[in-house]
Amino acid sequence: MESQTNEKILDVQNVTVSFDGFKALDDLDFSIRKGELRFVIGPNGAGKTTLLDVVTGKTRPASGKILFNGGVDVAHEMEHTLVRKGLGRKFQTPSVFASLSVYENLEAAVGFNDPTLSLLRGLNEEEEALIHDTLVLIGLSERMGVPAGILAHGEKQWLEIGMLLVQKPSLLLLDEPVAGMTRQERNRTGELLQSIAHRCSVVVVEHDMEFVRNFAKTVTVLHLGQLLCEGAVEDVQKDERVVKVYLGRAHA
Amino acid sequence: MKIKKKTSFALLRRWGPVLLLAVIFLLAPQFVSEFRLSQLGKFLTFAIVAVGLDLVWGYGGMMSLGQGLFFGLGAYGFAMYLKLQSSGDKIPDFMFWSGLKSLPWFWAPFQNPVFAIVAALVIPALLAGVLGYFLFRSRVKGVYFSIITQAFTLLTSIWFVGQQAYTGGTNGITNLGSAKIFGYSLLSSQAQHGFYYLTVACLLGVYVLARWLTSSRFGRLLVAVRDDESRVRFLGYNPVVIKTLVFALSGMIAALAGILFVPQVGIISPSSMGVVPSIEMVVWVALGGRGTLMGGIVGALAVNYGKSFFSETYPDIWQTFLGLLFIGSVLFFPNGVLGALKSASAWLKKVLANWKARPAQTESQKQRTAKTLPEVVMPSLSQRVEGGS
Repeated sequence: MESQTNEKILDVQNVTVSFDGFKALDDLDFSIRKGELRFVIGPNGAGKTTLLDVVTGKTRPASGKILFNGGVDVAHEMEHTLVRKGLGRKFQTPSVFASLSVYENLEAAVGFNDPTLSLLRGLNEEEEALIHDTLVLIGLSERMGVPAGILAHGEKQWLEIGMLLVQKPSLLLLDEPVAGMTRQERNRTGELLQSIAHRCSVVVVEHDMEFVRNFAKTVTVLHLGQLLCEGAVEDVQKDERVVKVYLGRAHA
Repeated sequence: MKIKKKTSFALLRRWGPVLLLAVIFLLAPQFVSEFRLSQLGKFLTFAIVAVGLDLVWGYGGMMSLGQGLFFGLGAYGFAMYLKLQSSGDKIPDFMFWSGLKSLPWFWAPFQNPVFAIVAALVIPALLAGVLGYFLFRSRVKGVYFSIITQAFTLLTSIWFVGQQAYTGGTNGITNLGSAKIFGYSLLSSQAQHGFYYLTVACLLGVYVLARWLTSSRFGRLLVAVRDDESRVRFLGYNPVVIKTLVFALSGMIAALAGILFVPQVGIISPSSMGVVPSIEMVVWVALGGRGTLMGGIVGALAVNYGKSFFSETYPDIWQTFLGLLFIGSVLFFPNGVLGALKSASAWLKKVLANWKARPAQTESQKQRTAKTLPEVVMPSLSQRVEGGS
């Protein structure tokens, strides 16, 4: 927490996204400070994934402004140039390259700043060491030679997180990283997230309330494309509006 | 010492089949008739196309139905030079028959052989690059990409038929016999042997280039684009650049094959650059085995020899045999001949290993194999990790 400042790494200002009249995000204000680990929750259709889409340039907002890392206006960037400026994103379904080995998946990720021609050369020692350290962190050292396609579901999720980590992003966006995991895998992922949070700002979109209770400090609740409330996980849990729209229904 | 032995064995396994093929192709002129040699030379130009197509389709996942077009454009470019050369001071015969009085302006520079060859390589590559860039930028993928490249091929070949005065129309560019290459007549056996050896050298060069590319990080990124393009984009790469470069390169490789095809076959016409040849090219790669490079070469040779064998032996119904061959291979070898060979050898290895292990199969042995598997896969790397952590 000592690395946390008041400087914003992500600033979403009055953003509206509409699909044929349906407002997936409705005049949303949302921001993350540098060094923060933030959980975003909300019932289905609250706009969580749309929020990630619009921040990463996949969807363009109808109105509003998104600033990343101080001065970078997301509207002026392409998806891949945003990544080069330090914005990493993990997708909801694990997206790894099935035909490449675990090591080669990380190798593909680590070279993302290389100009096309230097992709014909191998990695330098520093990059190789980074890959091996990351393999240890995500617990896949033993599996580095196998094709990513045959990994278990949880291992694929970790591999994808590892691919983002070798890129040393300044903000990491994770869309439901524990979906479909066993309890044991969820706990390991939670510990992984907390260790990642020391290196960069992290936004976790999550559905799993137990996971949120165990690992979250600050939580933002979205509902119908708007910010419902925000605060410490204990306070948010007690908030009547949240209970009504989300927790209440989950318990019912 | 043991490791060194292993790597030299791996090297032999990696390059052995190529060397064997290269030796066969280089010795072929000593053993076969002029007719069979020129046939083999023609098939080898097809093999060059197949290597380029495997790069873009087998590795990059883009099934191009436009390779025939790039092949044809390369062939036309070099045929224009040969035609002008063999026509001497006069304008080419088909222009005269169509009522042209003088050489069209865009034909004139093709009197220079260097210009003709460079243009025959660069124009198809540029065309592939521009077409690819716009398609990939609009995120046109899969079957839509195939259909658009096919439509483009059809359009161009129809247009070539229509422009009789400038392209020779349906007949194409032919009667190249009086052309001279380095003082030798085009039809002389010296010139024909020269083109044959040049074709073998080009095939080898293209194969080595493709192997080098696909074993580099760029090649693995190309496979990554095939597996999950969106993930590649969200790793910070622009897939449009990767795909466009590879598509342009495959266009240039097809054009190179076209350049080598014309002097050995003596004619290029729209029927060699249209929709049907483009589909045949895809069949070669599919039959030989996608994503193997060698599969393209094997497929191109096998299909074309099959075609010539059946058409010589059963002139009436040969196409039926060919059709059966295609259906059979798609049904029984979905990964092509090389894919089938690979799985057969893997199966054989497994059977042999089981048979060997049968007499003395103990618990401790089982455990040992299970434990050392990761080290077997990547020995040096896993040692590094253990040292580093």
